[in-house]
Amino acid sequence: MSPINYVYLAALLFTIGASGVLVRRNAIVVFMSIELMLNAANLTLVAFSRMHGNLDGQVMAFFVMVVAAAEVVVGLAIIVMLYRSRHSASVDDASLMKL
Amino acid sequence: MSFPLLTVTALVPAVGAVATAAVPAAKRTAAKWLALLFSLATLVLAAVVLAGFDPGGDRYQMTESRAWIADFGVRYELGVDGIGAVMIALTALLIPFVIGAGWNDADADEDADGAAGSGAPGGGGPAAGGVKSRWRPTQGFFALILAVEAMVVISFAATDVFLFYIFFEAMLIPMYFLIGGFGDKAHAAGEEEGAKQRSYAAVKFLLYNLAGGLIMLAAVIGLYVASADQLGEGTFSLQQLTQARASGDFSLADNTERLLFLGFFLAFAVKAPLWPLHTWLPNAMGEATAPVAVLITAVVDKVGTFAMLRFCLGLFPGASQWATPVVIVLALISIIYGALLAVGQRDIKRLVAYASISHFGFIVLGIFAMTSQGQGGATLYMVFHGISTAALMLVAGFLISRRGSRLIADYGGVQKVAPVLAGTFLVGGLATLSLPGLAPFISEFLVLAGTFSRYPVAGIVATAGIILAALYVLLLYQRTMTGPVEKPEIRRMPDLKVRELAVVTPLIALLVVLGLFPKPLTQIVNPAVEHTMSDVQKKDPKPQHPVADHGWFDYKPAKHSGGDHE
Amino acid sequence: MIGLLVGAPLLGAAVLLCGGRRLDRAGHWLACLLSGASFVIGVLFFLDMLGRSGDDRSLHSHLWSWVPVEGFQADVAFQLDQLSMTFVLLITGVGTLIHIYSVGYMEHDPRRRRFFGYLNLFLAAMLLLVLADNYLLLYVGWEGVGLASYLLIGFWQDKPSAAAAAKKAFLVNRVGDAGLAIAIFLMFTTFGSFAFAPVLSSATDASEGKLTAVGLMLLLAACGKSAQVPLQSWLGDAMEGPTPVSALIHAATMVTAGVYLITRSGAIFNAAPDAQTVVVVVGAVTLLFGAIVGCAKDDIKKALAGSTMSQIGYMILAAGLGPIGYAFAIMHLVTHGFFKAGLFLGAGSVMHGMNDEVNMRHYGGLRKHMPVTFVTFGLGYLAIIGFPGLSGFFSKDQIIEAAFAKGGTQGWILGAVTLLGAAITAYYMTRVMAMTFFGEKRWKPDAEGNEPHPHESPRSMTIPMVVLAFGSVFAGGLFKFNESFVNWLEPVTQFEHGHSPLSATAVTSATVVALVIGVGAAWLQYGRRTVPSVAPRGSLLTRAARRDLLQDDFNHIVLVNGGTYLTRSLVYADNKVVDGAVNGTAATFGGLSGRLRRLQNGFARSYAVSMFGGAAVLIAATLLMRAV
Repeated sequence: MSPINYVYLAALLFTIGASGVLVRRNAIVVFMSIELMLNAANLTLVAFSRMHGNLDGQVMAFFVMVVAAAEVVVGLAIIVMLYRSRHSASVDDASLMKL
Repeated sequence: MSFPLLTVTALVPAVGAVATAAVPAAKRTAAKWLALLFSLATLVLAAVVLAGFDPGGDRYQMTESRAWIADFGVRYELGVDGIGAVMIALTALLIPFVIGAGWNDADADEDADGAAGSGAPGGGGPAAGGVKSRWRPTQGFFALILAVEAMVVISFAATDVFLFYIFFEAMLIPMYFLIGGFGDKAHAAGEEEGAKQRSYAAVKFLLYNLAGGLIMLAAVIGLYVASADQLGEGTFSLQQLTQARASGDFSLADNTERLLFLGFFLAFAVKAPLWPLHTWLPNAMGEATAPVAVLITAVVDKVGTFAMLRFCLGLFPGASQWATPVVIVLALISIIYGALLAVGQRDIKRLVAYASISHFGFIVLGIFAMTSQGQGGATLYMVFHGISTAALMLVAGFLISRRGSRLIADYGGVQKVAPVLAGTFLVGGLATLSLPGLAPFISEFLVLAGTFSRYPVAGIVATAGIILAALYVLLLYQRTMTGPVEKPEIRRMPDLKVRELAVVTPLIALLVVLGLFPKPLTQIVNPAVEHTMSDVQKKDPKPQHPVADHGWFDYKPAKHSGGDHE
Repeated sequence: MIGLLVGAPLLGAAVLLCGGRRLDRAGHWLACLLSGASFVIGVLFFLDMLGRSGDDRSLHSHLWSWVPVEGFQADVAFQLDQLSMTFVLLITGVGTLIHIYSVGYMEHDPRRRRFFGYLNLFLAAMLLLVLADNYLLLYVGWEGVGLASYLLIGFWQDKPSAAAAAKKAFLVNRVGDAGLAIAIFLMFTTFGSFAFAPVLSSATDASEGKLTAVGLMLLLAACGKSAQVPLQSWLGDAMEGPTPVSALIHAATMVTAGVYLITRSGAIFNAAPDAQTVVVVVGAVTLLFGAIVGCAKDDIKKALAGSTMSQIGYMILAAGLGPIGYAFAIMHLVTHGFFKAGLFLGAGSVMHGMNDEVNMRHYGGLRKHMPVTFVTFGLGYLAIIGFPGLSGFFSKDQIIEAAFAKGGTQGWILGAVTLLGAAITAYYMTRVMAMTFFGEKRWKPDAEGNEPHPHESPRSMTIPMVVLAFGSVFAGGLFKFNESFVNWLEPVTQFEHGHSPLSATAVTSATVVALVIGVGAAWLQYGRRTVPSVAPRGSLLTRAARRDLLQDDFNHIVLVNGGTYLTRSLVYADNKVVDGAVNGTAATFGGLSGRLRRLQNGFARSYAVSMFGGAAVLIAATLLMRAV
C-alpha cells in the first residue's frame, strides 16, 4: 500500500493544529490544536508502521497517546486554575513569564 | 604519612566557620568568641608550621599527597616553601585582629534588620535575606571570615595547580558576601544609595576576579594537556612539573609557554591588583567595612602576588623573562599612579586602597626584578604590607565608626581629642610610607635595591614612589588629625577603647620588632628565593668592584682613601 | 657600650611616649636625665679616646645582623671615631642644655611630656645617624631625625600653619632621602656593600662617573637635610616649631647632618672632582641666598633661620673643597652649634618675655628688660659675625682662607663670595641685634589688650644660654690653639694645607673689613634711625627676599598647583577612562542582553511561533543539505 495519502492527511491535520495553536487565544482550543498535532504525528507513525510491516511505529504511537493523556491531565488542571484566578482562559492574559 | 599539619591548619578555620555559623541567633557574643578562638587556634598551628620549617631542608616541607581525581591526575598535594610558610603565618596572624576589629561591625546589621522587620538593604548580599530569627549576620560575618582564612591557607599550601585554582576561585564566594553584605552603616550618599554602591562593588569584585580566574582555568587545562602530551600522563603537580622541566622531559614551545603564562598572570594581576586591572579594589575596599578591607588587601590579594612567584616564575620561567619588561613597566605605573591617585582621594578608605595599589606595584616589581634582594624583599613586603595596612586601615575604621563618615573633609583636629587614636594612626601611616625602623622599610629598600641592581632606571622611578608615599600619608594625617577642632562631632569623639587598643598595639609592636629583627623571617625566605632564582635561571648581577668583606679593624681611612692619589 | 649612647635617649622616648599621663609630672626630668647620661657616656668615651694615639682611636661595635639577604648584608653596628665623637659631644651636650632650657620654656604646655619624648627621640636618631657604621643604618637615623623634626615642628598641631610646615619639612626631606637611597643603591651595585669601611677604602676602584653619581646623590640628600638650595624651602617654615626645637634641630644639629654626610663620604668626593664642584657651588649659592633672605625677614626666628642656611652654606662649601676644607667645615659646624643654639635660645627667651611675639618691629630696647638674654645673645652675635677672638672668627676665617686656596679663578670667586657672605652676615645680625635690643620700645597691646611685660626668663632657661655663650666665646680659640681640632680630625678626614694666593693676614684683614662694612651699614640703617613698626614696602630685592626669593612661589605654582592638577586629572581619568573601559564593557553586555530580553515577551503563542519557525528552518536546512 502507499502511505502517501495518509501522510497528506497527517500533514493537513498537523498544519491545522499548528495554525490553531498560533492563531487561537482560548487555552482550551489551543490545547485541542495541540492534541490534533499529536494525533497527526500518531497517524504518520501508524501509517509507516503499517508500511514497514513492523510494530515499532504503533508502539511509539501508544507512547504518544499516554504522554498526551498525562499532558491533558496536567494541562487542563492548569487551565482550570488559571480560569479560576483570572476568569479568563486566554493564553495572552497569562504573560507573566518574562524578565 | 606524618601528621597532616597543613591540612589541619586549613581545617581548623573551616570547622570554625561551620561551628560559628551554627551558633543560635540569640548567642551573638558566643559566636564572636568562638570565631576568635578558632582563629587563635589557627594562629598556633601556623606558628607551629613556621617553627617547624627547616630553612636548610627540602624546598617543600610538610608535604602531603593524596590522589583526588585520579582520572585527571588531580592530586591533593600540599607543601610549603619558606615563602608559603611565611604567608600562612601572616594570614593566621591577621585574622584574629580582623575579627577583633570587626567585633561589633555586623551587630548593627542585626539591629537594623530587627527594626526594619525584614529585607534590610544588603545589596546582593545575604542581608537581603530577611527575617531576624532565620538570618544571623554576626554569625555569618565571622563564619565567612574564617571560611576565607581556610581557603587562603590552602591556596598558600597547594602545590597542585588544580587544587590551587579551585581555592583561588572559591575564595571569591565568601568575599563576595563579605563585601556586599556588610558595609559601613553611615554612608555619605544615604542608606539606600550605600546599599546600591556596596552591591556594585561586590559584583565588580566578583566579575573582575571571575574573569581573571576563567582565563586562568583555560591555562590550567592547557598546562594539563601539554603535560599529558609530553609526559604521557597529565599532571597538575607543581613539583612533578618542575622536576620534569629540570630533567628536560617537559619543555613547552615558546608560544605555548607564553600563552599559558599570560593566562596565569592575568588572573594574578587582577588579584594583585596591577594597573590597569585595579579599579575593583578602591570600590571593594571603600564599600566594605574596615576589617573586610584588610582581609581583601592584606590577605586575599597576597595570594595573587604569591602565586606570581610560585606559579608564573616556577612553571614558566622562559615566558616570565619574556614578559619582564612589560610587567616592570606596569609595576612602575602602578607605583606612581596608585600613589598619585591616593593623593587625590577624598575618601579615607579609597586612599588606603590606592596606596595599596602602589604597594602591590612594589611587590610585583621586586618579583620580576629577578634578583635575590628583589624577590626576598617582595616576600617580606607581602608580610609587612599586610601588617602595616592592617594597622592603618583598622585604625581608620575605628575613626570612621566614630564619626560615621569616610570623607577626609569631615575630620580635622582629631589629635586634640583622641591623641592615642591619632598616634596609632600616625604610626600606621609612617609604616605605610616605609619609615626606617619600622618593618616595611626593610622590604621596600630590598625591593628597590634589587630592582636597581638590574634595572637602574626602574629603580630610580620607583624611588620617586617613596616621596609620593610621604605625601599621601602626611596629607591624610594633616587633614584628619591636625588643626583646630571645629566640628562638634569631633569634639565629642572618644579615644580608643580597650578592645581597639588590644587590636592595634600588637600590630604596632610587630612592626617595630620586625623592623629591627627581620632575621627570623629572612632566614626562612632566603632559601626559597634561591630556589625561585634557580627556577628562572637568573643570577644576581655582580657588583662591578666587589669589595672584600673586611672588618672595620683593617680599615685605615686616612691611609687608603682618595685624596692621597691626587 | 656605644649602643648605650643611642639607647639612653631611645629608652626615654619609648617610656615618655608610651607611658601615659602618669609621667606628666616627672617625665621631663627623666628626659633630661637620660640625655645627660648620654652626654656623660660620650665624655667618658672621649677621655678614653684621648688616651690613645691618633690612628688607634676609632671604636667599633657590632650589635646584630640586621637584614641578611643573599648578597645584601646590613648590620646594626656602630663606629665611634673622632668625627663621630665630635658630633656625639655636640649633640648630647647642646641637646642636654636645650632639654634643661625646655623645662622652663614648655612649663605651661599641657603636652610637655610628649615634647620631651620627641626630643629624646630626636637625640636617639641623631646619635644613630652619626654613629652608624654603614649607610643603611645612617639612613635610619637620617629619616629618624626627619621624623622627630616632623613631630616637633608640628608640635602645636592645632595650628594649621604648624601642621603644614611639618608636612612640608618631611616632604622636602624625603626628596633628599630618595637621593640618599639611590646613592646607597649605587654603592650596592658598584661595591656590593654599603658599609663605610669597605666602600670608602676602595672608592677609588670605581670609575669616576659612578663616583660622581654617588656624590651628587649624596649631595641631594645633604641639600634636603641641611636646607641647601634647591631644597631649602622648608627651613623657614620649620620655625613654626617651639623655639628650643629650632635651636637644637634646625640650627645646631640636624641641619648639619648634610655636612657630616659629605665629610664622612670624603673618600668618594675626593675621587669625584665634578661632584665636589657642584657641592661648592651649592654651598656658595646657599650662603648668599640664606644671607639675603636673613636680611629681609622681620620674624626674628626666620631671620635666624636664613642665617642658619647661610652658615651651613659655608660648611658645605668648605666640605666641597676636599681635604683642605673638611676639618674647617666641622669646626665651623661645632662653633656654629654653640652660637646659633645660643642665639635661638636667646630669641626664645625674648619671645617668652614678649607673649610669643616674633616680629622684631615690635621689639626694641629690650636690653634693659632682659640683661642676661642681652649679654648672651650679644656674645652669640659677636661670634657669628666673626668678631676677632671669638669662635666664629676662627672657624669662618679658616673657611674663607680655604676658599681662596681652592686656586685659580674658582678660588677667587669662592673667596669673594665667602667674604661677601661675611659682610652680609654682619649686616643682618646687626639688624637683628639693633631691632631687638636697642632703640625705643615699640611693643603695643595685642588684640585682647594685654600689653607684654618683658621680663628675664627663669633660671632653667638662662643657665643653658650662659653655657652656650661661653662656648661661642671660647670654643673657636680652643680649637685653633695649636691646631688641636684639625689634628684631632686629621686621621678621619685627612688634612692638607691649602695654599692661598693671599696671605693669612690679608685674608683676615679682608674679613675684618667686610665685618666692619656690614655692621656699619646695618647700624646706620637700624641703629641710628627709628625702626618703623610696619615694614616699609622696600625695594624689589627686599620684597623678593621676604618671600624667600620667590622660591616658595615657584614651588607653589609649579609643584603644588601642578601636582594638584595632575592628581585631579588622574582621579578623573581613573574613573572615566580606566574604570570607564571596564564599565563600558559591562554596559555593552548589559545593553545587548536588554535587547535580547525583549524577545521574551511572555506570550506563549509567540514562543510557539519561534519554535515552529526554528523547526521549519532546521528542516529546510536538512533538506537543503540533502539536496546539495
